[in-house]
Amino acid sequence: MEHKNPEFEFLGMYGNWSNILMLAVTTLIVFLIAYIATRNLKLKPTGMQNFMEWIMDFVKGIINSNFDWKTGGRFHILGITVIMFVAVANVLGLPFSISYDGVLWWKSPTADPTVTLTLAVMIIALTHYYGIKMKGMKEYGKDFFKPMPFLFPLKIIEEFANTLTLGLRLYGNIYAGEVLLGLIAGLATSSIFGFVGAIIPAMAWQGFSLFIGGIQAFIFCMLTMVYMSHKVSTNH
Amino acid sequence: MSFDYLVLGAGGTGLNIWDILATLFFFTLLMLLLKKVAWGPLMGIMTQREELVASEIVAAETSRKESQRLLEEQRDLLKEARTEAIAIVENAKKQGDVTRDEIITIARNEAIHLKESAIRDIDTEKERAIAAVRQEVVSLSVLAASKVLGKEVSEEDNRALIEQTIAKVGEAN
Repeated sequence: MEHKNPEFEFLGMYGNWSNILMLAVTTLIVFLIAYIATRNLKLKPTGMQNFMEWIMDFVKGIINSNFDWKTGGRFHILGITVIMFVAVANVLGLPFSISYDGVLWWKSPTADPTVTLTLAVMIIALTHYYGIKMKGMKEYGKDFFKPMPFLFPLKIIEEFANTLTLGLRLYGNIYAGEVLLGLIAGLATSSIFGFVGAIIPAMAWQGFSLFIGGIQAFIFCMLTMVYMSHKVSTNH
Repeated sequence: MSFDYLVLGAGGTGLNIWDILATLFFFTLLMLLLKKVAWGPLMGIMTQREELVASEIVAAETSRKESQRLLEEQRDLLKEARTEAIAIVENAKKQGDVTRDEIITIARNEAIHLKESAIRDIDTEKERAIAAVRQEVVSLSVLAASKVLGKEVSEEDNRALIEQTIAKVGEAN
């Protein structure tokens, strides 16, 4: 049961084929959902169109709870991508995991800290970018000395803390879920009694992981908008 | 069983730069695709729907007002028609009363007239009959008297006497 990662080295940099494969699968699934849902659009929505519109309204609600739609509207597509990408990535590792020749290929891409921290850094970088773009360099710089100038060091720490918590929260939740699923699966394959004993915990934990995956996607999207509004809004 | 491979830093030989690049690449790709394929059309249709709903609300308001106006108009017309009908019936009744009174008056006058003429006729006939009877009685009396006296009595001579007698008889009658 020893799993290895399909690592490779190219141009002096390392990579993990499993992560790249699963990211591609995630992208493909999200794209297909969106593509199929938006064929044959109608004014009176049916079926999948309802689902996509619900997601859009949901993200719109998240944005509206953080800033007004005039400034927040431009982040709508970012929020939709984040919530769908993370949600799909979270649940990909639930139904099964595939390992071939002792190498783990199929898992949740968000169970890898590199992926989640990349997403987190990207989000934080975007907040800084939009902070400078929409408020100007001067206002953006001043925000580090508000409300009190001596809190400046804390503000700097806050940025790094935000990045780390955003990425590691997601990684930790999904990773823990996969570890427990792996343990239950190991129990199921050990003996016939183990299989019988593992059915109920496996089902319970898969349901719970599904729930966690959805919640984490929502939290990731929510925090994206919260950090964004902190940088973009003038009255914080 | 070991899950060391999932621990931060334990799985890789170093920092997985390609993973980072792949994450950024796929995320950006997905965002662009979603924007082109789903977000744009959906936003379009949602805006379209909002406009449709807004215009439908306006249209409903307009037609509501229109029907309200028509209702008022119909109500007024109905009221007018009712008033007119009442007036017509009233008029007809009045007309009928007048005609009836006229007819009754005419009939009454006619009846009175007929009655009067009948009475007049009766009187005339009666007088004529009485006169005839009186003539007859005079002739008979003269005849009787001449028979009794056995001689011719000139009618002219005794006329005054006889008529006197007959008048007495008539009074006694």
